[in-house]
Amino acid sequence: MSAPSLALALPHRLGTTLLAIAKQIGGVTILLGQILARLRPSRIDRHELFRNLHRMGVRSVPIIAATAMFTGGIMVIQAAPFVEQFQATGFIGWAATFTTFREIGPLLIGLIFNGRVGANNTAELGTMAVTDQIDALRALAIDPVAYLVVPRVLAMVFMMVCLCVIGDAVALGGAMITADLMLGVDPELFWASAMERLEIWDFWVGLIKSFLFGLMIALMSCYYGLATRGGAPGVGRAVNASVVAAAAGVFIADYASTFVLD
Amino acid sequence: MAFTTRAENASPIQALRYVLQDVAAVYQLSLRTVYYLFRGKREKGAIWQQMYAIGNQSMFFMTVTMAFIGAIITFQTGLQSQKLVPDMSMVGATYLKLLIRDLAASVGALPLATRVGAGIAAEIGSMVVTEQVDALRMCAADPVDYLVVPRFVASVIMSGVVLILGGFIAFASGMLVANLMFDVNPHTFANLTMVNSGDVIMGVTKAFTYGGAIALVSSQRGLATFGGSEGVGWATTEAVVGSCFAIIVLNLIISVIGYFLFPAL
Repeated sequence: MSAPSLALALPHRLGTTLLAIAKQIGGVTILLGQILARLRPSRIDRHELFRNLHRMGVRSVPIIAATAMFTGGIMVIQAAPFVEQFQATGFIGWAATFTTFREIGPLLIGLIFNGRVGANNTAELGTMAVTDQIDALRALAIDPVAYLVVPRVLAMVFMMVCLCVIGDAVALGGAMITADLMLGVDPELFWASAMERLEIWDFWVGLIKSFLFGLMIALMSCYYGLATRGGAPGVGRAVNASVVAAAAGVFIADYASTFVLD
Repeated sequence: MAFTTRAENASPIQALRYVLQDVAAVYQLSLRTVYYLFRGKREKGAIWQQMYAIGNQSMFFMTVTMAFIGAIITFQTGLQSQKLVPDMSMVGATYLKLLIRDLAASVGALPLATRVGAGIAAEIGSMVVTEQVDALRMCAADPVDYLVVPRFVASVIMSGVVLILGGFIAFASGMLVANLMFDVNPHTFANLTMVNSGDVIMGVTKAFTYGGAIALVSSQRGLATFGGSEGVGWATTEAVVGSCFAIIVLNLIISVIGYFLFPAL
């Protein structure tokens, strides 16, 4: 494309960006359709599914638990000034857990999961794409979407929800310890305050969100991985583009679900 | 393969040792970065180039993200306070205090770490696996001086700029949501009475500190890359996870210190 004149530079860049975004959204939607068309238990490679469940889920537990622990602590520290102002130590358990369960927990776990699993998945699929392994699968009459993509997407979505449950529990513990050490709030009082006001729906909202985030991360990372071109530097670019797109997707999904799930 | 992968396959004690080794490596890199900051003889214009790549090119992404973050947080704060008190006049003041003290820097830094950290690690990692870093050493140019210092300086400055700008955007989108969803007048919302100088100092400190942490962790991961294009992928993964984790830990540390240094109210 020839360089446009100065007056046209801005609309040109805007148009290119919008077209690129439209292309990505279209590509991801088509991939989602292909995945849904192949969602029959008999067609899923079970070995590949279990391998991915272990690799993506079980081995992410330490980093997710550490993140959740600190998150719980941070939420208590941020709530501390308000609690001290209103002398409302009875509210601290509810305030910290409500925000963590509904919002910050799934969001932070989703972002760490994006870096840990999404980036890795793009790098793996991208390496396969640039070394022609995906074409080799096609040549053997193996459908790459059914063999590679569907197990990965299922594993990521399922494990993201499971990790969110673990993260909620650890964050509750971290918040309790921090409240005890910094504000002198008795763990029992903390627990009582959380249980009294917290609704089971708050917990479900977090799980629905983490399901959406997992789906977003899985689709983006698989799409960018399969679309990788241009050797080793191409893999680096694909990983970068994938984590950025998935992070933006997570925030957009968060925004939409916050308004829908009142 | 360090930090995530190596540590996950080991026993808990061994894993802790690996994590400490990585922390030590980042610490060592930061000392050398500070040394070359004053004694180095890096390329002219490298810092400007990195500032453009790290700051200006993140603007669009960060604007979109921070607008959504502001809307989400205001909506949640509104919902939560509706349950406690029916009066919505203090939502803006509370939101602004939290935004300045913590959320603008800490929540904004995570997408920024994803964008910037992945970029730095992929770039330096590609240079390592194609032996360009060894070529630099052959020319008696220290890679820390030539590659890490410009990225560090640029990241510290531009993260501060981008996160402060992001704070304004999150404030504007929060004001819009409060007006549309809870009928809060923008004048009532823009209430700075609860913000004091301690909050501003903490927020700005966090923004600049996170910038430095992102650059150092990602550069360290990039320089430790080995094993071809797959290695670059691993380095990128670990840079993103390591930077996000560093931000969360630093947030806890700065918040605890700030809690005692600057009493909030």
